[in-house]
Amino acid sequence: MSEKTNQAPVLEVTDLGIDFGGLTAVNDLNLTVYPNEIVGLIGPNGAGKTTVFNMLTKVYQPTRGTIKLNGQDTAKMTTIDVNKAGIARTFQNIRLFMNMSVLDNVLTGMHNEITYGNVSAIFRLPKYYREEKEKSERAMELLKIFGLEKKADLIAGNLPYGEQRRLEIARALATRPKLLLLDEPAAGMNPQETEELMNTIRFVRDHFHIAVLLIEHDMKLVMGICERITVLNFGMMLTQGTPDEIRSNPDVIKAYLGE
Amino acid sequence: MNKVINTLFNPKVRSRTISFLVVIAAYVILTLLSATGHLSRLFTSLLVPVTAYIVAAIGLNLNVGISGELNLGQAGFMSIGAFSAVVVSGVLQAAGVGDILRLIICMAAGALIAALMGWLISIPVLKLQGDYLAIVTLAFGQIIMSLLNNSYVGIDSKGLHFAFVNNTIQMEQGGRLLISGPMGATGVGIASTFTAGFVLVLIALAVVYNLMYSRSGRAIMASRDNRIAAESVGIKVSQAKTLAFVTASCLAGAAGALYALNYSSFAATKFDFNNSILLLVYVVLGGLGNMTGTVIATTLLVVLPEMLRFLQNYRMLIYAIVLIVIMLVSNNEFLRLRMQMLRTRLKKKGAEADE
Repeated sequence: MSEKTNQAPVLEVTDLGIDFGGLTAVNDLNLTVYPNEIVGLIGPNGAGKTTVFNMLTKVYQPTRGTIKLNGQDTAKMTTIDVNKAGIARTFQNIRLFMNMSVLDNVLTGMHNEITYGNVSAIFRLPKYYREEKEKSERAMELLKIFGLEKKADLIAGNLPYGEQRRLEIARALATRPKLLLLDEPAAGMNPQETEELMNTIRFVRDHFHIAVLLIEHDMKLVMGICERITVLNFGMMLTQGTPDEIRSNPDVIKAYLGE
Repeated sequence: MNKVINTLFNPKVRSRTISFLVVIAAYVILTLLSATGHLSRLFTSLLVPVTAYIVAAIGLNLNVGISGELNLGQAGFMSIGAFSAVVVSGVLQAAGVGDILRLIICMAAGALIAALMGWLISIPVLKLQGDYLAIVTLAFGQIIMSLLNNSYVGIDSKGLHFAFVNNTIQMEQGGRLLISGPMGATGVGIASTFTAGFVLVLIALAVVYNLMYSRSGRAIMASRDNRIAAESVGIKVSQAKTLAFVTASCLAGAAGALYALNYSSFAATKFDFNNSILLLVYVVLGGLGNMTGTVIATTLLVVLPEMLRFLQNYRMLIYAIVLIVIMLVSNNEFLRLRMQMLRTRLKKKGAEADE
């Protein structure tokens, strides 16, 4: 961990907070993610974990605090800018392009990387064919990582639940992020699938040299792959530390199990 | 729905090939029939309007099926294309331009002007979603009709003259009115042919398919399927929706021009709200996102009321009933499943009989 913390952080969140009307959903959150790190964000239901993701990706505009991405303040950025700056995410309630093919879902993730314009597309100029071929090949490589290469032509909405979750990660990776946000990637998966997913997340981190911030309720997954964990409770940061520290922290146990 | 989309996207080339084959086959058959005198006058007179409606409906399907935004003003854009074409045609006729070239220039002008209007209108319209967007497009269609219904355009040796609400145009001798308010376009030099309509349908199909299976097409469909997810991968949703809307208007404009140059006179009320709804009916009946379906449904539903003329006063009643029945039968999940069961049972029986 120490060698990683020597590098400049990918994500630096300071005193982040958001109010919905009179309700404070998240307050005083501080969070740092370094390159090549897998960080967990855990907490009981309603603690504000997904709200944090929505603030990081500018689906919600934070009321207080700053978010820095590679040292760059994201205050004036939109969801689209944030993605271009290097954050990609998955969603708690899967948000795939359900009526599009599996391959097209991943290709859609490469939207901002494709340089041909509508004229090239409509007149089918060589540039169109060249780039589509190139991107399709990369998309197939991504699908292979998630074991979906044989399902490339299927409609995304017809995939089983676990595969939809994996496809969402593949689509996020297609945008070439520096930081990947995973919102409950193992939800609805059986223990074996979860085990495979853990290996895949580690592989993705090593292969693409990215940092991963994940929300998860499956403690086996969180404790198994996260190097650091931040615990949220009622929108406030409860504690931060290594899996061992978190596991033995009485406050965390209290937050999850009650007194 | 899923089945339609499956066949649409799975082998992308297939749906495109089927579309083109259907259109080319229809053209060849109809041309042969017409050449050998087997086509009645009535049918011959419907050939060009059918192709015009097909092109407008293909555009609308891009908007409604692919982009997922309900547009109730497509006839308005046809109207813009039609009346632009009438004016351009008047100028070109005065300049002595040949018919084919005149038609091509008119269609290009109609497409361009309708696309421009589409873009202008999309700025306020696409700030809305769903039902709200549909109602605003409806209103725009009505506005366009009212404006054109009160416009006067004349041409003489000095050039074009415009007037609004009252015909105050003073022309020198030899000048003539191209558009005269509620009377609509008059003295249009007919230039449209079935072949021109056929080529326009092919162009419309090519544009829509090529756009669909490209970066922008994926962005349009992604924005339809999930707005938030589309933004999360860096897609500008409003830009994608605008592209679909403008392309749809552009095609409607070209279709309007084709339609306009097929009649010596027509009124602005020809492109009223009913017409927008009819175009939507063609699209829905053909299947959202299914271009071949649009082509077939449009042809059937334009021809059908003409075939029902013998019913006289009951014509529209029967037409409506037939429409309801077609919709029920073609989109009925229950019937579809029953048919499937029947088919498997027949197959089983066949297999048993073989043994």
